[in-house]
Amino acid sequence: MRFDSALGLESRRGPLAIFGKILIYGLMVVIFTGPLVGLLMSAFSETLDPTSFSLWPDGFTLENFIQAGEKNVYLYLFNSFVVVGFGLLLQMLVSVFAAYSLARKKFRGMTFVMLLMLTTMMLPEEIIAIPLSLVLSDMPGLNINLIGTYAGMILPVGAWGFSILVMTEFMREVPVELEEAARIDGAGELRIFATIIVPLCRPALGVIGVFGFTMIWDQYLLPLIVAPASDMWTLPIALRSLRSDEEVGIGVLLAASLLALLPSIIAFLAFQRQFMRGLTSGAVKG
Amino acid sequence: MTSIPTPARPARRPPGVRWRGTLIAWLFLAPALLLFLYFKFIPMFVGLWKSFFKVQTFLGDEWVGLENYRTILTDDEFAAAIWHSVVLALGTTIGSIVLGLGFALLIEGPARYLWFVRTAAFLPVVTTMAAVAEVWRIMFHPADSGMLNVILGWGGIDPQPWLASEDTSLWSIMLMSIWRGTPYDMMIFLAGLVGVDRTLYEAAAVDGASTWRRLVHITLPALRPVFWILFTLAAIRGLRVFVEVYVLTNGGPNGSSEVLMTLIYKLGFQSNELGVASAGGIVLFLATLVLTVVVQMLRRRQAA
Repeated sequence: MRFDSALGLESRRGPLAIFGKILIYGLMVVIFTGPLVGLLMSAFSETLDPTSFSLWPDGFTLENFIQAGEKNVYLYLFNSFVVVGFGLLLQMLVSVFAAYSLARKKFRGMTFVMLLMLTTMMLPEEIIAIPLSLVLSDMPGLNINLIGTYAGMILPVGAWGFSILVMTEFMREVPVELEEAARIDGAGELRIFATIIVPLCRPALGVIGVFGFTMIWDQYLLPLIVAPASDMWTLPIALRSLRSDEEVGIGVLLAASLLALLPSIIAFLAFQRQFMRGLTSGAVKG
Repeated sequence: MTSIPTPARPARRPPGVRWRGTLIAWLFLAPALLLFLYFKFIPMFVGLWKSFFKVQTFLGDEWVGLENYRTILTDDEFAAAIWHSVVLALGTTIGSIVLGLGFALLIEGPARYLWFVRTAAFLPVVTTMAAVAEVWRIMFHPADSGMLNVILGWGGIDPQPWLASEDTSLWSIMLMSIWRGTPYDMMIFLAGLVGVDRTLYEAAAVDGASTWRRLVHITLPALRPVFWILFTLAAIRGLRVFVEVYVLTNGGPNGSSEVLMTLIYKLGFQSNELGVASAGGIVLFLATLVLTVVVQMLRRRQAA
């Protein structure tokens, strides 16, 4: 007897077993994708009433997306893309630089720095939301107010412990001989970093890229604190204001919700392998 | 640290080079440390500091000692919010772990169609919370023709008020959180299941053990570390829940689903009680810390 799984369902091939499997798997797909499929269908339907939300389309129209334009949804989408674009770029750069130190250098205080990184991961961002708003409105020693600016939404996500640690794990694997050979050939620090270490870590860049994207895209409390005026809103925090509109019904809300969901779903589907890898490595290491 | 001689390096480097290496290491770390300092550590200390003050925008802050903490620990609203947070965290955590394990066992295996089911089922995890919550809010519509009530109707169950009633609001939020948490736990269990020794299954089958006994005596013990990790992660995440509640009910109706974070948010940004709100954040932090430590201790004891 061979076992590919704990229950050994694979080896059961009777008609009843096959029927049972189709039922279970079908049900799982419906439960977990149902609300999302419903959103996709309803966003293109002539839906006005919350009770007509369903998995089956009711006509086909782009009206909801046109109306969305009048409600500034595309401005919010633009804001979201600005934040995620610059935020992710900054976050990846910061992670790669920090990881290079932690993985390839030995220096006094390294354990302490590692401890700091872990502390930031243990510290839920929700907890510091209130004092963060005070700090952002008057950056200590800098005399800058970041409330109401893109920078206020971008800089706080610039350093992320998870990204740094994933990157560090990866960089440790690069053989030290490669680095030493380059050093003997007279390559400088930056050159070694940019032409040897970073290119060898391309798979890890995929991992921290896709995780960083979903993390920044999903930010809610931070833009809520930083963007008091609606012209700075990102799409997720704008959704709430779109729902209570009597004249347009739920159509605009559905269109905007779909636009808010699609980018992270696309990112996940495109980088699935990297995503799963990061997921298991992150969870197993706590 | 740098002076430890390694056999691979024939000669010890001169002190100048060593000093330069340290400098470079700190330079590469500087951006991360600076950002952490400004957006994690300073806010943390500001929060701790302000929690001892009555914060007033124009009048200046007034030292009140532990008064803010006393407010939190004696206030009925806070007591209710803490209780709701705990119920929501525990319910979501246990629900997601049980269902996640069940589903993981059902879809374990190398077949291609299973990979498809897994990918589809995982979608809720990567979706944007705010958007998903809006969709669920629509599905929770309390009318008889609301989507979930129609589905209940197929099974002959009476329509529920969902978010609209004090009795069901918290459970409805929990339902959505479980929906979103289950696939994540499922994936982690699947990763754990891969590591279970296949020869043990075969040996058990040769000895005539039933599927159930195989599960209880081989699979579940092997997954024990995964349980602990998922429990800690999910419980911490559950305690600090904000977006789900803020979008679905904003704590209502009548405070029946108010959790700690929504209450802190309201105090901080609507009533401008920044001192009390900061103290609330510290309490939440301590709760998280205690939870983590207790779980770690239980885990150690069980491992010993």
